[in-house]
Order: sequence, then structure tokens, then C-alpha cells
Amino acid sequence: MTSMTRSFTRVPPILLLFVLIPLLVEGFWVFWPAVQGFWLALTNWDGVSPPRFVGLDNYARMIDDPVFHTAVTNTAIWLVLFGGLSAVGGLGMAVLLQKERRGVGIYRAALFVPVVFSLVATSLIWQVLYQPGGIFDSSPLADPDTALHAVLVPALWRQVGYVMVLYLAGLKGIDPGLYEAATLDGATAWQKFRHITWPQLGSVNSVVLSVIVIDSLRSFDVVWSMTRGGPYHSSELLSTYMYSTAFQSLKLGYASALAVVIFVLAFGVIVTYLVRAFREN
Amino acid sequence: MSGSTSSGRVFHAVAGTISVLWLLPIVAVLVTAVRSFDDIAANGLASLPQSFTFAGFADAWTNGGAGAMWNSVLVTVPTVFLSLALSAAAAYALSRFEIPGRRSIILLMLAGNLLPPQILLVPVSKLTELLGIYDTLFALIVVQVGFGLGFYTFVLQGFMRAMPNEVQEAATIDGAGPVQIFWRIVLPMTRPALAALAALAFTWIFNDLLWAITVLRSSAVMPVTPALLALQGQYVSNWNVIAAGSVIAAIPTVAVFLRFQRHFISGLAVGAVK
Repeated sequence: MTSMTRSFTRVPPILLLFVLIPLLVEGFWVFWPAVQGFWLALTNWDGVSPPRFVGLDNYARMIDDPVFHTAVTNTAIWLVLFGGLSAVGGLGMAVLLQKERRGVGIYRAALFVPVVFSLVATSLIWQVLYQPGGIFDSSPLADPDTALHAVLVPALWRQVGYVMVLYLAGLKGIDPGLYEAATLDGATAWQKFRHITWPQLGSVNSVVLSVIVIDSLRSFDVVWSMTRGGPYHSSELLSTYMYSTAFQSLKLGYASALAVVIFVLAFGVIVTYLVRAFREN
Repeated sequence: MSGSTSSGRVFHAVAGTISVLWLLPIVAVLVTAVRSFDDIAANGLASLPQSFTFAGFADAWTNGGAGAMWNSVLVTVPTVFLSLALSAAAAYALSRFEIPGRRSIILLMLAGNLLPPQILLVPVSKLTELLGIYDTLFALIVVQVGFGLGFYTFVLQGFMRAMPNEVQEAATIDGAGPVQIFWRIVLPMTRPALAALAALAFTWIFNDLLWAITVLRSSAVMPVTPALLALQGQYVSNWNVIAAGSVIAAIPTVAVFLRFQRHFISGLAVGAVK
């Protein structure tokens, strides 16, 4: 790689601008606010009077905050169910629709169409389906026992097609000769999956895992549009709790601390993703 | 050919059933959207349609839909253009020249895009207030450009790095400067990647809710996605209008997907599997 660019060692000054301008834009709208976010998490702020430094009080407050506990539990459930089921469903559909054959393009497109819908449109579609007098006698979104799962279904409906595409791209890289040889040896479909497909998908699996964790922790739109985290916080995720704490309760310091918690949860995955990106560069 | 074998029949039965189940919610919403309010009120959502009307579409469109669609155009087009222009320039410099610290810069930019947006919401909202651009489409554009840059730069520099060096060398010998080489040679060769990212960026930005409700407040400036939430509040239990609104909101991204299907899918795969 270095030999390729060696003849261009001298960097013309204009190219520094090519890098600096985007870097400054991102610095101003991402890195600078991120630093402020960590700082605000150590303050008490209503957005009007100046922020007051309170040290780690916001974090201490979480310990006694029942809504925070619910949001953490729900975020964990969301990570396992949304992440796990979309991975299993996406992989299953990718394996089913892996081989190029007649009609396979239509099936792939059918699973993929929801991916291009916004999560708000998706949630309205499902709200129509959930209405009393339709499939259900009373909306599962109105019942605290079922609200979280009722939100999960539309989120999965949209995510499975996306994960399927990631796995289809990975499956394309597998040498078809391996399958032919296995067929000649009389291998069953399961044996082919277990001994050819799965081992070959190693790097795709780790990518899918990162994407899923990052997406799960970011999930906001679908819950916000369907339930706003209710009823009685039963479908509250950390992301929705953070938003309502910031922009409805105007507790900006506490909301920032909640955002830091989300950051910490995502941190490991972000670093893994960056390490892989670094290795490939 | 495989359709005649029994394994082919099983495949089509399984894949066909799943596909139909997957499309069923869309069909249900399309049907609801063309029913009249009175029909739904009298017969219920589950009944077979007894009416056919575009009144729901007309209501959704005239009560904010048209304005919201225009706002979405005003946000999405400049955001996609600016994001790709800036990130292509950065990617060119970072991939074809020995910029000091280039690897760290690329990863830093990508890291910014991987941050959970929640950590940025409060500061970004306050920053736009401070600059006097809160509640303007301009704020939404710059915020989304800033947040997306890292990802687009990362993908584009990978693509540009894989280009053969000879073209650039030949152009340099012919006296072309770095900007000319970028404009005349590298950018045209990057078109497939740019098309894939443009299709992806379009849907992401058009579908955004979080940034919009963080830096915007007035319904007059809301793009389609947040406006759809407002429509839901305004037309409680007018399910034909809500269904029609969802259909209208989905049309632009479905159109982009159908038109750029190949680019779109390859973009998704590149973004993650790279």
C-alpha cells in the first residue's frame, strides 16, 4: 500500500484544505458537542440558567431512579430480542435465498422493501394493524405487559431484510465448489451449513454483531412513534428516556448522563469496529 | 427447471409464504388508505373494503403533507450533495496522498459517525440556539452533514485507494494539478461508490426523525418523517388518512430503491462488510 502512494509524498497545500474543511465541520458538529455532552453530564442544567457543576450526582441519582432501571432492563431485552432475532432471521433468510434461481429476486425484494421505509412510517403501518377491531380486540400497545413486544415486531419486520442483505453479501464470497464437493460426498443441508457456510461467515458475523449492537442502542424512532416509551414507561428504552428527560422534562444534565451510559454500552463495540477498520486500512 | 423438482416446490412454498406474510402489512395499509372514513367507522378496520376513495390521500396531502414533502426536498438534496462533496474531497486527499496522520484522521472521522447520537442531542440543540439557527432547515442540513461525513469519507477513501496509480501518474506527467486529477479522473472513476452512497444517504436523511425533532420545533419547517408523527396526533383514529400519509411518506424512498436497487444493496453491503 505504501509503495502505491510513495511517488506522491509531497502534499500540495490545497489538499490539506480538502481534509481540513470536512474535519472542521465534523469537529464543530460532532466532536465539540460530544465533549460538551460529557461535561454536561456532570452538571445540573435546566437549559436557561447557567449549568451548575454537581460532580457525579447524576450517576448517583440513577441508582434510585425506577424509570432508569426499567429503561436499562428494556434496553437489554431489546438488545437480545431485536439483535438476536434479526440476526437469526436475517441469516436464515439469506441461506434460504442464497442460490440464484427463478423467483429468488422477488422473494429477496419482498423482504427488503420494509428496509427503505422510515421507522415512523413503519410504526404507523403497524399501528393500523394493531387497532382494536382488526386482528386484536384491544391494542397491544396500550397494555404495559405487551407494549415492548408490540413495538419489537415492526422493528424486526424492518431489520431482518437489512441483516439478510449483509449476510447475502458474505455468502457470495463462498466458493460454490465447496458446496458441490459436499453434495458429491452426500452431505445434508444442515451439514453444509454447519461445516461450510458458518465457518466461512466469521468476518460477516462480527460485522453483523457490531451493526446490531449499535443499531439496538440507537433504536429510538420506532418506540418514540408508537408509544413514547409508555404506557407507564413499560416500553421505555435508554434512548427514549434520554430524549424525554432532555426535551420534555428539561433536565439536561441528567439526560446527558443517560447519554453517557448509552455511550459506555456502545463503546466496546465501537472500538472493535474501529480496530477492524484500522487493520483493513 | 428446479421448480419441477420436489425440493424446488418446497423452496417456493416456504419462500413464497414468507414473502407474502412480509408484504401483508403493506397490502393492509394500502387497502386502508383507499377506504373512506365512514366505511372504516361503520365496518371496522378488519372488514373487507366497501368503498374506494383517494380522500385519505387528499386529506394527508393538503393538511401539511405537501409542505412537509417540500421541506424534505429542501433538506435532503443539499445534505446529500454537501456530504458527498466534502467527503469525496477528504477521501481523495487521504487516499492518494501521504497526509500526515492519515490513518488516525480516517478513523477519527469514522469514530464520530459511530457515536450514539444521544450524546450529541443536548449540545447540538443548544449550539443551534446559540448560532440563531434553531428551528431552521439550515440547522438540520449542517448537523446531518457533520454527523454523516465520517462514514462517507471512510467508504470513499477505501474505494479510491483501490484505484490503479498509473492514471494519476500519467496525468501528473501531462501537467495536471491535484485538483484537476480529482475532478477529471478520480471523481468519474468513483461514480459507482458515489451512486451507492447517494442512494443510501437519501433514505437515511429522508427517513430521519431524531435530528429533526432535536433542532426543529415549528410544524411549518418539519420534513415528512416528523410531520407524519404530527399527522398521527392530528387525525387520531382517522386510519384512512394515517395510512395514506404513511404511503405518501414511503413513496420517495421506495422510488429511489427501485431506481437504484443495485447501487442501494451494494452500498449497504459495502458500508458494513468492508
